[in-house]
Amino acid sequence: MVDLVWLIPAFPLAGFLILTFGGRRLGEPGAGWLATGAMAGSFLATVGVFLEMSGRDGHDRRSVTTLFEWVPAGDLTVDVGFLADPLSLTMCLFITGVGALIHLYSIGYMHGDGGFRRFFAYLNLFAFAMLMLVLGDNLLITFLGWEGVGACSYLLISFWFTDEANASAGKKAFITNRIGDWGFMVAIFMTFSTFGSIAYVDVLDTTATGTVATSTATFIAVMLFVGAIGKSAQFPLYLWLPDAMAGPTPVSALIHAATMVTSGIYLLTRVNPIIADAADWVPTLIAWTGAGTALFAATIAVAQRDIKKVLAYSTISQLGYMFLAVGCGAYVAAVFHMVTHAFFKALLFLGSGSVIHGMDGDQDMAHYGGLRRLMPITAGTFVIGWLAIAGVPPFAGFWSKDEILAFAWNENPLLWLVGLVTAVLTAFYMTRLVILTFFGRRRYADPRPDEVEAAWASATAAADAAVAAASAAVDAATADAEARGDDLTALEAVVAARDAHEQAVAARDGILAAAGARPEVEAIALEGAPDVGPVVDGLPEAVSSRADHHPHESPWTMVLPLVVLAALSVLGGLVQLPFAASTRRLEHWLEPTLFGNEVHLSLQGGTLWVLAVVAVAGGAVGILVAVLAYLKRRVDYRVFERPILAEAWRLDRRVADFMGGPGRVGFEATANFDSSVVDGAVNGVATMVRSEAGLLRRFHNGLVRTYAAGIGVGAVGLVVWFLSRTSF
Amino acid sequence: MPVLASAGGDTFAVLPALVLVPAVGALLVAVLPRRRPELLKLVAVATSMVVAGMSAWLLVAFDVGRGADMQFVFRQTWIADLGVQWLLAVDGISLFLVALTGVLFPIALLAVDPGHDDRAYFAWMLLLEAGVMGVFCALDLMLFFLCFEVVLVPMYFLIGRWGHADRAYAATKFFLFTMAGSALMLVGILALAFLHADATGGGLTFDLVELAEAQSLGTATARWVFLSFALAFAVKVPIFPLHTWLPDAHTEASTAGSVILAGVLLKLGTYGFLRFGLYLFPEASHHFAPVFLTLGLVGIIYGAVVATMQHDLKRLVAYSSVAHLGFIVLGTFALNTEGIEGGLLQMVNHGVSTAALFLLVGMIYERRHTRQIDELGGLQKAAPVMAAMFTVVMLSSIGLPGLNGFVGEFLVLVGTFNAHRWLAVAATGGVILAALYLLWAYQRVFHGPADGGNAEMRDLNLREGLVMAPLLALIVAMGIYPKPVIERMEPAVDALVAHVEAHVDGFHESTSRFGADIAVDSGEGHDADAGVGHDSDGVGDDH
Amino acid sequence: MVVTTSWYLALAAVLFSMGAVGLLVRRNPLIMIMCVELMLNAVNLTFVSLGSDLGDLGGQLSVFFVLVVAASEVVVGLAVIVAIMRRRQGATADDLSVLRG
Repeated sequence: MVDLVWLIPAFPLAGFLILTFGGRRLGEPGAGWLATGAMAGSFLATVGVFLEMSGRDGHDRRSVTTLFEWVPAGDLTVDVGFLADPLSLTMCLFITGVGALIHLYSIGYMHGDGGFRRFFAYLNLFAFAMLMLVLGDNLLITFLGWEGVGACSYLLISFWFTDEANASAGKKAFITNRIGDWGFMVAIFMTFSTFGSIAYVDVLDTTATGTVATSTATFIAVMLFVGAIGKSAQFPLYLWLPDAMAGPTPVSALIHAATMVTSGIYLLTRVNPIIADAADWVPTLIAWTGAGTALFAATIAVAQRDIKKVLAYSTISQLGYMFLAVGCGAYVAAVFHMVTHAFFKALLFLGSGSVIHGMDGDQDMAHYGGLRRLMPITAGTFVIGWLAIAGVPPFAGFWSKDEILAFAWNENPLLWLVGLVTAVLTAFYMTRLVILTFFGRRRYADPRPDEVEAAWASATAAADAAVAAASAAVDAATADAEARGDDLTALEAVVAARDAHEQAVAARDGILAAAGARPEVEAIALEGAPDVGPVVDGLPEAVSSRADHHPHESPWTMVLPLVVLAALSVLGGLVQLPFAASTRRLEHWLEPTLFGNEVHLSLQGGTLWVLAVVAVAGGAVGILVAVLAYLKRRVDYRVFERPILAEAWRLDRRVADFMGGPGRVGFEATANFDSSVVDGAVNGVATMVRSEAGLLRRFHNGLVRTYAAGIGVGAVGLVVWFLSRTSF
Repeated sequence: MPVLASAGGDTFAVLPALVLVPAVGALLVAVLPRRRPELLKLVAVATSMVVAGMSAWLLVAFDVGRGADMQFVFRQTWIADLGVQWLLAVDGISLFLVALTGVLFPIALLAVDPGHDDRAYFAWMLLLEAGVMGVFCALDLMLFFLCFEVVLVPMYFLIGRWGHADRAYAATKFFLFTMAGSALMLVGILALAFLHADATGGGLTFDLVELAEAQSLGTATARWVFLSFALAFAVKVPIFPLHTWLPDAHTEASTAGSVILAGVLLKLGTYGFLRFGLYLFPEASHHFAPVFLTLGLVGIIYGAVVATMQHDLKRLVAYSSVAHLGFIVLGTFALNTEGIEGGLLQMVNHGVSTAALFLLVGMIYERRHTRQIDELGGLQKAAPVMAAMFTVVMLSSIGLPGLNGFVGEFLVLVGTFNAHRWLAVAATGGVILAALYLLWAYQRVFHGPADGGNAEMRDLNLREGLVMAPLLALIVAMGIYPKPVIERMEPAVDALVAHVEAHVDGFHESTSRFGADIAVDSGEGHDADAGVGHDSDGVGDDH
Repeated sequence: MVVTTSWYLALAAVLFSMGAVGLLVRRNPLIMIMCVELMLNAVNLTFVSLGSDLGDLGGQLSVFFVLVVAASEVVVGLAVIVAIMRRRQGATADDLSVLRG
């Protein structure tokens, strides 16, 4: 069975090919079922290989299956081959498993979309590329998958391409990834230059058994790290991930939560012998980058109103945890967290997709609220996901996060502190998300601030119009009275008109006063619906239609994956429970791939218990504060939602300003340099020739006498010259 | 060392046929009646198909085992007193360029109709094909120079008569610039031949193999002669700063003209560097390699930066060619097997993908009558098949693994890294810029909302699809399985590198050796910087 | 001061150069023909003086040839020039500038 490891990526590839070239006949749900079936087949193949592999002895758990020779050039021989070992199989299991669930979910989510077939084709292609990435037996196949997922990410983010913002987000993702790819490529070159081969078997075995020069290993490790931060959205190459939320939610779940973004951590785990041989500051760099990014992203997530943006920054933060783990030498913990994160983050994203689906595409949490009775299953599974990510025992997230924090304390207590603060923030913002979405009062029928503004504006305008009309009426009545002399009825009409005018003015003043005195409409109306008072009738149509249209639960194709993922989020911790050696299943399983580079935790059981309790307490604090702010309304939530956090520390804007400003100026200057200076030189030569020719033209005046004079002078000159050279 | 064996098809002189058939075809078209454009096109396409078939046969009949040898040799004395011969042969280096030419010409002829003066158009195209085949197959310096110059004339007319608004300027510029560059090459050729005759005391000869093996020029002289050759090739490639003819020529030429110009003609320069630069003047090539490497790097970055700011879609693709050819120059002057193979592979890859790009741009122009990016937008909605094809070709141009552009680019960079580390690190930055300008252009042209004429643009018809299909198939196939191409190139490239090593004192091909930096048994890793690999006593298996 | 042959030669040279320069510089065809006559006569003078000096009768014979040629040339040339100048007033040699660059 292990020899059939190539089946794992083959299924989604076949799915992609069939959907691209023959899919038109399949139509709507057919294409989706085909794609899901391909993923399911891939998952079954993975399970088969896994079962056989786990039946083998520890040292025997590595198998290379070569399909064909890809690039045989000079000393470089790269095959298309697959390395089935514990690490790659672990990745494959959750990629194919979670992937299949997300495919199933997408059938419901993308229902009615014109690009249904194209979506599933891309999704299958992505799965193929991702599987090649983790199964590749050399750096170049991994790179093939690496770039492949980048390209698919681009295609899927800009899936609804008629919207300029989506297209731009896709392009941004690809280019930011490419910056990381630069590092990866340089690392491959150096690896080849040093080892003469880029196959993992050669490189890692040699590094593990011998010693690579520190500078070389450092160079390779740092370059691979650059690649990893590009793909896994760490600082400073994280800017693409929040924008990537422009893609459909299943894409966000699959690519930007569970699979593609974990490639960086996979890569670093794969080359752990090289990191071990690198300089000491390299793991420290990795750890601090991860920790810093985790904290940084968590602060931003606190103030986001778009539900997907919260989850995006949360993903960046959790990936930071994984980098922190890698930097502390806790590879098992990193992989563990990767697996549990795949479960609960996919669950959270799919759940948010379900909410968005039920709310007809609205992603602003200010318009949510109280949805738990309208979408019970979504809410229930979402709560499980929340508990998992907040680190509440015994859900999966607690075990993996706790393991990372333990290793962080082992490495440097400061790192642990950063991790702890991040955990508190994580609990806070996730609780905030859950409360705003599922609890509290239902805000979807509330008029929105801009709608209220519009209502007041129209009311004021109407009042002004009424005053104008009334004064016009007064003028008309007065004119009429004057025309008819002292007719009593006319005079009475004037008086009546004047009274009416006074009333209109009073009404308008009243409205203006009310408008001036009205309370500001809150961004998130936690207390109660905004009091619009007298302008209730002026509210736009949308408000009443919203009130009639109730959010609803999603179809079974969307709900079933949520339930499965929720179960996994509950049970996921079982693979690596820290109590005894026998329960550390993941560690034993991954051992052959780690070459003994896993740091040994030198902490005693007591310390571990204390750390765990502190972490849980921190999480509880975060949850409590969020409950107080958003549910109990004892604390003003605006204390936490600072504008600078909402604007993500304004970094994205600075980068955009730079690219659009000095960046663009520099590029334009180069282009102008080319057309004016370089091309100008060429054209200048032509101009110079022309002007020289113009000068020389003067000799040709067409007059025979000039020519004759020239002949004469020349003849005389020749004679003189010859005479002077001969001696008589 | 390349041996001129008469190999393969010993009965059928395929190489002269490759040169003569298009020439005869051109003559035939020239005498056919002017008023029957369908007949003219039929004859022209048929001729180019015959040539394509012959080049395909050449690919198959090529003896892989003896790839370093010159095969299918054809030798006939031409001007006995001057030692000029009709000497044609192919080896691993020129084989795929011949095949590329054979493939691209029928596609260019089928894809686009000239619109007016069909007879002259087809005649010029066929004559161009004959000239190009001559360049790639010629092993006699005079014959090579003749064909090198001959290709300028049809191209001048193709740009000047069937091009766009500024065609006269572009055609003249192209012709004069290229000819000025190659004027000195003639002097160099004559100098080489005469000095060789003086040194050996034998008769005058222009036979490339003989001249290259004899190496009878002094170092300083060889460097000067090399420069004269290099100038001609540098303009043709084009290398910064001699590149400014290219954007104008590409933009103003008609679609077929651009396809051939970018797909085939640019390769004359890079091929010239390999076949004549490195082979004839190994020491001079090694001496001037840093200059060309730097210029190649500049071309990569500069070409990409300028491409980003273009408003004309065709001009953008033209500048992207400058960037891609910078990679080829980089690989060539890395002077090792991986680099040169990468450069050769990129010649073929660039030919295919840029030809495809120009075809697609031409299709857009034909429908929308504009090449300005600002006037295009949202085309994917109206023409999804075209958008899909453009995506594939664009990703190939960006160098996505799995498509053809990646393997060549990767080999170039690996080779350059082994030879000059930091140059390669800088050149790899070019891949970021490539993504930048292509994706931004794609976004502005295909994504976003469509309005007006953009919304009603029609998608590909059958003929256009058939024309694009072989190119797309090649893009994918060569990306997934480039091995047959590489294994045919490799012996010839190895021989070339060995030739350079043999004639340059103290130069060894920079490549990696297993175990160069590793101490396997003990833990004492010497902290030496991972130097450019030199032959070390390989510890452990040589993989 | 004895007038020797060289004086005559010098005079002939001066006359010849005046004629030559005048031919090249002047535009009026009649003047140009007069200059040509001047040159011819200067040559005649050279012939005569050298013939006398060397005692060779050939000098004087050449003069006859030159005179005959000059006369016939003047007849034909002058006739053509006068005919042209009657047709076009103010015609000069500079009108023949089709070879102008």
